[in-house]
Amino acid sequence: MSTIVLNRPAPKPFRLLRHSLELTKRSLIKTWRTPEALIDVTVQPGLFLIIFVYIFGGAVSGSTHSYLQFLMPGVLAQTIAMGAISIGVNLNNDIEKGIFDRFRSLPIPRSAPLIGAVLGDVVRYVLVTISTFAFAYAMGFRIGTDPLHALAGCLLAVVFGLCLSWAPVFVGMMVRTSGAVQGIGFLVVMPLTFASNVFVGVATLPGWMQGFVRNNPLSHLVQAMRGLFLGTPGYATHVWWTLGWCAALVAVFMPLALAAYRRKV
Amino acid sequence: MTNGNDLMVEATGLVKTFGTTRALQGVDIAIPRGTVHGVLGPNGAGKTTAVRILSTLLKPDAGHARIGGYDVVRNAERVRASIGLTGQYASVDEDLTGRQNLVLFGTLLDLGRRGARARAAELLAWFDLTEAADRPAKTYSGGMRRRLDLAASLVGRPDVIFLDEPTTGLDPAKREDMWGVVRSLVRDGSTVLLTTQYLEEAEALADEITVIDHGRVIANDTPQRLKRRVGGQTLEVRPSDEADLERTAKILTLVASGNQAKPDRPRPGVLAVPVSGDAAMAEAVARLTGEGIAVTELSLHLPSLDEVFFSLTSAKVSAQTAQEVSA
Repeated sequence: MSTIVLNRPAPKPFRLLRHSLELTKRSLIKTWRTPEALIDVTVQPGLFLIIFVYIFGGAVSGSTHSYLQFLMPGVLAQTIAMGAISIGVNLNNDIEKGIFDRFRSLPIPRSAPLIGAVLGDVVRYVLVTISTFAFAYAMGFRIGTDPLHALAGCLLAVVFGLCLSWAPVFVGMMVRTSGAVQGIGFLVVMPLTFASNVFVGVATLPGWMQGFVRNNPLSHLVQAMRGLFLGTPGYATHVWWTLGWCAALVAVFMPLALAAYRRKV
Repeated sequence: MTNGNDLMVEATGLVKTFGTTRALQGVDIAIPRGTVHGVLGPNGAGKTTAVRILSTLLKPDAGHARIGGYDVVRNAERVRASIGLTGQYASVDEDLTGRQNLVLFGTLLDLGRRGARARAAELLAWFDLTEAADRPAKTYSGGMRRRLDLAASLVGRPDVIFLDEPTTGLDPAKREDMWGVVRSLVRDGSTVLLTTQYLEEAEALADEITVIDHGRVIANDTPQRLKRRVGGQTLEVRPSDEADLERTAKILTLVASGNQAKPDRPRPGVLAVPVSGDAAMAEAVARLTGEGIAVTELSLHLPSLDEVFFSLTSAKVSAQTAQEVSA
């Protein structure tokens, strides 16, 4: 027989991990309950691939197949960046509905609800990766490396998504309505995905824009994935740049988000 | 316990300002262990701000508060381990089922997976939610939601429970149920702080009442003494024979306080006069018996809390108006 001892504090790091994982589970249940909220990570990549490959493929690349090979990693990166916005929207809703006040009145680490939500988003990024691959393969996309490299590319995309999430989380803590989170997210993600190497080669862009595009974190991610999926040479530096951006995003936005969360009434 | 007089809630001089709104302007609240304390006040009086400070959700600009001896700012984590919070803002997750919500809070309170499940089942049964336990909370009716909210705040068997307007919007029968729950919580040794706009509710539950208006405490007493403080009592008499009404009226004018020439007639056949104390009742009985008047009704009433409340808040309003006029 074991007796339940109430409110016995466990060692700190374990508590943060355990409580965060409990709240991750909450996110997953919510995702499971509202599958319609997954449209942006399941249907959208297919839609983008079809639209861009069949409408612009011939003009941009000469053939739809070669454009598909070029575009696929880009669409994956773009959908991940767009998909990240929804976590900010969801958290903003949580605050409005009062569930976060309940969490804040519990003896749990203050960061646990945010960390839990971010970890819960991993499912969305894995889904987006799977569905992008499925659509692309159906359209004729083939990897030019081996499965291990391709898997590494997918992993990089998911990790990038998780780190990028902290930016919309911060916005979600700062603004008043979920609609505003969506609006701001879109305003940032749109130029980020189009002023990049997602759709066209950097060399075709005007010189003044190339500087931005080359340093755009999405460009690094896309170039790294092209290397890991297709064997484009010189991708290793882009992998490191991507990981560097991941670290920078977390280092900047996680403390900002946590501070905003603490201030939030 | 760290304090000798066993106060579970102890707040002194709480001040909170939002922009230019002075939500609290020096509020004191003291609640002994195992009692219900009612915080009454109109909308916007500062009730919710006070609760949010006491439950560690807000930091006061000035003043101190301790729950079970722990400071709500410096020992917030310890305070959180011993409180339960129910209000419009501290809600549950609507996408999760009732059971999933309670299990989640249980695991977050470190009851362990099995302990959390057992506690959830226990609370669901107590609040008559077992049947709805596995439906998402967003499908619950208003009354069920309130019960789930309350259950969620009781998962950790808290010593101090904050109920911020727990029955607002509930029909009278559901309100009675909720009162029953509050009474049984107190029987089990919990201390309850209850905010309400319903005087009836405060009267039914509270051992002591604090009336807040415009961020200040304007009265703090037991319901009985509050009533006594504001108005005198009323003595009501119904003579058995209507022919005795005239003689009864004469007797009542003798025992009445102040100079009232004629008793009121609140209902046909009933006479009422304001009296200053319990002794008036005995005097009236003696004089009526002396005159040989038989009565079918004889009662002494305190003013209702509603009257108390209005006289407290309107006294303040008229004082303000007077100030404004003189200024």
